[in-house]
Amino acid sequence: MALTGIQIFKMTPKKNCKECGSPTCMAFSMKVAQGAVDISACPHMSEEALATLADATAPPMKTIKIGAGDAEYTLGGETVLYRHEKTFVSRPRYAVALCSCMDDATIDAKLEGLKKVDYERIGERMYVELIYVNYSAEDGQDKYLDIVKKAAATGRTLVLECTDEAVAKAALDICKDGKPVLNGATAANAEAMNAVATEAGVVLGVSGADMNEIYDTLAKLEGLGNKNLVVDVTGADVKTTFANAVQLRRAAIKDGDRTCGYPSIVKVAKLAKDDKYLQEALAALFTMKYGSIIVLQDMDYDQALPLYGLRQNVFTDPQKPMTVEPGIYPINGADEASLCLTTVDFALTYFVVSGELERSGVPCNLLISDAGGMSVLTAWAAGKLSSGTIAKFIEEQVKDKLTCRKLVIPGKVAVLKGDLEAKLPDWEIIVAPNEATQLVKFLKEMA
Amino acid sequence: MPFNQKPQKFSAKINTVTIGTGDKAIALGGESVLPFYTFDGDIENAPKVGVEITDNGIDDTVPGIKAYYDGCASVADMAKKASEMEGVDFVVLTLVGGDPNGDNKSVEDLVAIVKDVVAAVDCPLVVKGCSNVEKDAALLPKVAEACQGTNALIMSAKEENYKAVGASVGLAYGLNMGAESAVDINLAKQLNVISTQLGVKADKIMMDVGTAAVGYGYEYVVSAMDRIRGAALSQDDATLQMPIITPVANDSWNVKEAVASEEDFPEWGPREERGIGMEIMTAASDLVSGSNAVILRHPQSVATIAKMIKELV
Repeated sequence: MALTGIQIFKMTPKKNCKECGSPTCMAFSMKVAQGAVDISACPHMSEEALATLADATAPPMKTIKIGAGDAEYTLGGETVLYRHEKTFVSRPRYAVALCSCMDDATIDAKLEGLKKVDYERIGERMYVELIYVNYSAEDGQDKYLDIVKKAAATGRTLVLECTDEAVAKAALDICKDGKPVLNGATAANAEAMNAVATEAGVVLGVSGADMNEIYDTLAKLEGLGNKNLVVDVTGADVKTTFANAVQLRRAAIKDGDRTCGYPSIVKVAKLAKDDKYLQEALAALFTMKYGSIIVLQDMDYDQALPLYGLRQNVFTDPQKPMTVEPGIYPINGADEASLCLTTVDFALTYFVVSGELERSGVPCNLLISDAGGMSVLTAWAAGKLSSGTIAKFIEEQVKDKLTCRKLVIPGKVAVLKGDLEAKLPDWEIIVAPNEATQLVKFLKEMA
Repeated sequence: MPFNQKPQKFSAKINTVTIGTGDKAIALGGESVLPFYTFDGDIENAPKVGVEITDNGIDDTVPGIKAYYDGCASVADMAKKASEMEGVDFVVLTLVGGDPNGDNKSVEDLVAIVKDVVAAVDCPLVVKGCSNVEKDAALLPKVAEACQGTNALIMSAKEENYKAVGASVGLAYGLNMGAESAVDINLAKQLNVISTQLGVKADKIMMDVGTAAVGYGYEYVVSAMDRIRGAALSQDDATLQMPIITPVANDSWNVKEAVASEEDFPEWGPREERGIGMEIMTAASDLVSGSNAVILRHPQSVATIAKMIKELV
């Protein structure tokens, strides 16, 4: 919980020495409480006071890093429960589940299969970031280690589920440089697993029969000095799991219970085993509400396309619009002589317009100029989309690359037609309909 | 040390709206907790799932949908078949053919179809307009007349035509009215305010606050619904306490991921599976954001979302 200025004032030396730059200790304390000045500006604070303050000003949810190098991901660190309150900061990461109970052919097929989904969408690479490797005791340690080796060789970050300390230690010996997660601490083995995880320098996952047991184990591990944790909230059924995920996050952020302030693991693969469609529904559900690592049985394009799209949307900063790169986007196999259409770089506009153009089947080039990430009318009102900006973009970036001299402009800025004709004398300027949904008909009639 | 659970129960409540009559009537809303937060309090009425057909029938380019309705000769047959789908609570008839920019079917033709459908199904019925405000203003009052006594929900009342639609649907025939706005808390509130001023009862209004397919500006949907539910429950804003119904199918099946053919994108796999994925994920996200009902098309999506709701409530 944040401290008030008065509470901070009580910890200052109250000497009004001005060394911090503030006229009095009281003024200094007020500034610290507002976050305007860092507490370290006062040279006379006691160690004890500094520790108390650092604790009090720490964020409600810890930021946990997993993986290494290019495959390093940040989980947690959230400060709000709803994106409109500020923004979400760490998107969930998706894992495909392997188990040492599977036969070699299945393992190989899954490892090969997860490489298939790898594409870019609005500047973000979409792929399966994590591999979840479950230990099945009856299939023995050797087989497990063999799978861990294979999985580590893919370069993806691993999440190891293993409650046997000896096996976990052996598995970490293989892959600890990749900074995997060891999901293995329970009420029964917390001390031993803590030693294994801290020695290897990896994040430790905590699970338990219910939230009380999980909370107990978290408190115990924190007592042992380990705050590099994640919580496996997967319960016996969907309802319990959703309750755990929400309550854990809410206790941390709304109620300020720091012991709950850790990212979560949700094993959708276990909750809806062999039901691909229910896994899709649950993956979306936990992407929306408080899953940090979401484990699926498989990831094909039919799951990835909607799921990664959802994640990209939900985890954008509400204060920053999503934009696409300015440039020429050929659609339906367009070449340099195909019809040109232009609109703004606001991602939503781009997607709606390009979708309709694709549906029309007419080959055309979509020209996207920099309009500050605003929609057509807003950009026009703000002067970010004008005859000047369009003409400049065409002159500098389009004219030499395309031979077509017909340009279709958005219906909502039909007023630009005259100006554009004056600025681009060798171009024919055509006004499109007001709504993107009318584009298919419009293009078919033109063609 | 036990986990200190602090339930978040609100004193305010979402209105309860009943659609349909008799045994199969459904109640929507009534909860005073956030969506699926059963750990905070009871969810009086589980969210419901509807299946959509249109006056032009079904989307027969999708094999699973085509196969399900195999043998149906008329829209009424399809409606009956739709009402028997696993997991379905209500049937939605969208009068898409009325659009003046499309088939431009006459009001009489469309009302005749509505009458056939009313006669064919015994489950709650929802009728959507053609999305052209002028045409809907003429069409929906006639539809309301045809639905008299069924306690149906007539959607597509927008700010531009709520007077014509509300006066007939809500005042003359006492049916439920679906107030449609475009992903914005203020627009949704405004339409509820003017509709109730017109005389439509608050417990006869469902909100259709709009959606987008996931990946297509869905962040606006999340935030609009989060804020609407927040205002209704934590600020007790009576003008936003109407239950929400969300048409998911149309947006989901019209984005590139659900339209592009497998020939054009071989690595993406079958189009049908992508469409189902879009529909399921959009519906699941809408429900956890605050929708009390979703409108879907594919039998697989309907069964899956019904199952998810059952598991969560």
